Amino acid sequence: MPDAQLHEQAPRQPVVTPSRVIAGLCLLAPFVALLWVDSYSRITPTFIGIPFFYWYQMAWVPVAALLTYIAYVLVRREERQRKGGAAK
Amino acid sequence: MKNDVNGVALGVCIFFFVAVTVMGFLAARWRRAENALHLDEWGLGGRSFGTWVTWFLLGGDLYTAYTFVAVPAAIYGAGAAGFFAVPYTIITYPLVFLFLPRLWSVSHKHGYVTSSDFIRGRFGSKSLSVALALTGIVATMPYIALQLVGIQAVLDVMGVGGGDSTNWFVKDLPLLIAFGVLAAYTYSSGLRAPALIAFVKDALIYIVIAVAIIYIPYKLGGFDDIFDKAGAAYKVTNPATGKPRGSLVTGPQAQWAYATLAMGSAMALFLYPHSVTAVLSGKSRNTIRRNTTILPLYSLMLGLLAMLGFMALADGVGKGIKGYNAQLAIPQLFENMFPSWFAGVAFAAIAIGALVPAAIMSIAAANLFTRNIYKDLIRPNATPAEETRVSKLASLVVKVGALIFVLSMDKTVAINFQLLGGIWILQTMPAIVGGLFTRWLHRWALLAGWAAGMAYGTWKAYEQTSPTQSHFGGNSAKIPGIGELGYIGLTAFVLNVAVAVVLTLVLRAFKVAEGEDETATPDYTVEAGEEGVTADLPAPAGA
Repeated sequence: MPDAQLHEQAPRQPVVTPSRVIAGLCLLAPFVALLWVDSYSRITPTFIGIPFFYWYQMAWVPVAALLTYIAYVLVRREERQRKGGAAK
Repeated sequence: MKNDVNGVALGVCIFFFVAVTVMGFLAARWRRAENALHLDEWGLGGRSFGTWVTWFLLGGDLYTAYTFVAVPAAIYGAGAAGFFAVPYTIITYPLVFLFLPRLWSVSHKHGYVTSSDFIRGRFGSKSLSVALALTGIVATMPYIALQLVGIQAVLDVMGVGGGDSTNWFVKDLPLLIAFGVLAAYTYSSGLRAPALIAFVKDALIYIVIAVAIIYIPYKLGGFDDIFDKAGAAYKVTNPATGKPRGSLVTGPQAQWAYATLAMGSAMALFLYPHSVTAVLSGKSRNTIRRNTTILPLYSLMLGLLAMLGFMALADGVGKGIKGYNAQLAIPQLFENMFPSWFAGVAFAAIAIGALVPAAIMSIAAANLFTRNIYKDLIRPNATPAEETRVSKLASLVVKVGALIFVLSMDKTVAINFQLLGGIWILQTMPAIVGGLFTRWLHRWALLAGWAAGMAYGTWKAYEQTSPTQSHFGGNSAKIPGIGELGYIGLTAFVLNVAVAVVLTLVLRAFKVAEGEDETATPDYTVEAGEEGVTADLPAPAGA
C-alpha cells in the first residue's frame, strides 16, 4: 500500500525544492520565536510604556502574517509551474 | 450604582440586535442556489464563499464573545499567563497553512461536509469516524454554552441580568429571547446567516477596539501609568494561595506551561467542527490559503483587547470586592469609561460576537450528527433533502441543550467542560491531520491512540485542584519525564501519537485489514474548477 502511494507521487518531480525549503523556514520561524518564551520574558525595553513581553509578541503578528504570505506565494508559484509542466 | 438599568446603552444594544435579526432572516435569500434542499446549501453556504466572506466568517467564528471576555479577564486575573492567547493565534496560521488546503481539496473532491466524513472515506472505518464525530459534538456543546456566558456578562453590567431577588424566568428572559431569535434564523438561513451577520459583528468590534485602545489609556494617563498600577496590583498577595496574584512577565517556572498551552491550543483550533465548517464553505483552495495570511489581523486585535485587562486593573474595576467575577471586568470597564451610547455599541459588539459563533457551532455539530451518526448508523439511504431536515432539527436540539446547560448548571461547569473540550478535540489530530498526509497509520491504532489520549487528558484534568475548585482547577500538569508544568492536552496528544505508532507497527506485523481508502493522492491537491471536480459530487466509495 505505501509503495503504491510512493509511485503515485509525481515520480519525476523532487519533493524537496529550494522554494519549498524557504517556505518551510518561513512557516517555522514564528514557532521558534514564540515558543522560546525565555527569549522575550522581560519588562524592558518598553514601547510607549508597554513592557517588552507584550509588544514583542504583538509585533510578531504582522511578521508571521508576512512570512506566511511569502510561503503562500512560493508554494502557489511552484504549484502552477508543476501543473503547467504536466499539461505540456 | 451597581444594578441600575443603563437605558441608553440598552437602547443602542437592542437597536443592533434587531438589525442583526433582520439580516439573519434575509440571509436565506443571499446568493441562493437552485437546489436549496441539499445539505451543502444549508450547512456549508453552498461552498461558495470567497476570500473576504470566508475571512469574516472565520474571524467571527474563531474569535468569539467568550474570547473577548475571557482573554482580558485572564490578564486581569493573573497577568502574563493570560497572554498565551496571542502567540497561540499567531502560530496556528503557519500550522494550518500546511494541512487545511489538503482537507479542503479532498472534501471538495468527494463532497465531504465534516472532518469525520473524510475519516470514514480515508480509513474505511465507521468506528473511528463516529468516535471523532462524538468528540467534536461533545467539545462544541460547552463552547456554545460559553457564548451565552458572554451575553450574560453584558446583560449583568447593563443591569438587565436581574438581581438575586427576581425570579429565574424574568432574570433569564433577555437571554431566552436572544437565543430563540438566533435559533429561528439559523434554522431558516443556515450558514448564510452567521456569514452575513459576521460583517456587522466585526465592524463593531474593530470600532470598539480602536476607540478603546486610544481613548482609555488617554483617560488613565498613558500606558506607563497603566502598567505601573497593574504591576502593583499583581504584587498583592492572594490570601487564598499565599502567592502574589500574578506577574507582568512569565516567571521561569511558568514558561513551559505558557509555550505548551500556546502550541496545544494552536493545534486544536482548526480541528473544532465549527472551524472545519467555515473552511469547507470556502469556494477554492486558494481562498483558504489566502485566509491564513489575512486572519492574523484578528490576532492583532486580540492582543490589543488583552491590553484592556491591564486597563481594568489600573482603573480599579472590582477592587476590594470579594470574589469579584473577572468575566465582568471588561464590560464594567466599558461602562465606567465610555459615554452610555458608546458603551451600548461595545455591549452590542460582544453580544453579537456571541451569536455568530453560536450559530456556526450549532450548524457544525448538527452536520456531524447528521452525516456521521444519523446517516452512517441509522439511515444509510437518507436523501440530501432528508439530511438537511435532520440537520436543521439537530441544530435546534444542540442550542436548547446548551441553553439548559447554562441555565441549570453553575457557570464553572461550562468552563470546565470547555477546558476538557480543548483537550479532547486535540486528540482527533493524529487521525485527521495524519490522515491528510499518510495512510500509514492503522485505523485501529488511531482509535486506540484517541482513546488513550482522551482517558489520560480527562483523568489529569480531573486531578487538578485550585484554591476555589477541587477538580478541573487548571489545564496544566507535570509532564512525565520532563518534570515541568505543561498543557495536559499536549501531553495527552504525545501519548496518543505514541500509542498510534506502536500499535500500527504491531497491527501491520499481524496484517490486520486496513480498510478501504476511497481517496487518491491527487485528490489532496485539487483546486476548484479543475478537471473532474464539481461541488455537487458526493462520490460513492471507490470512485
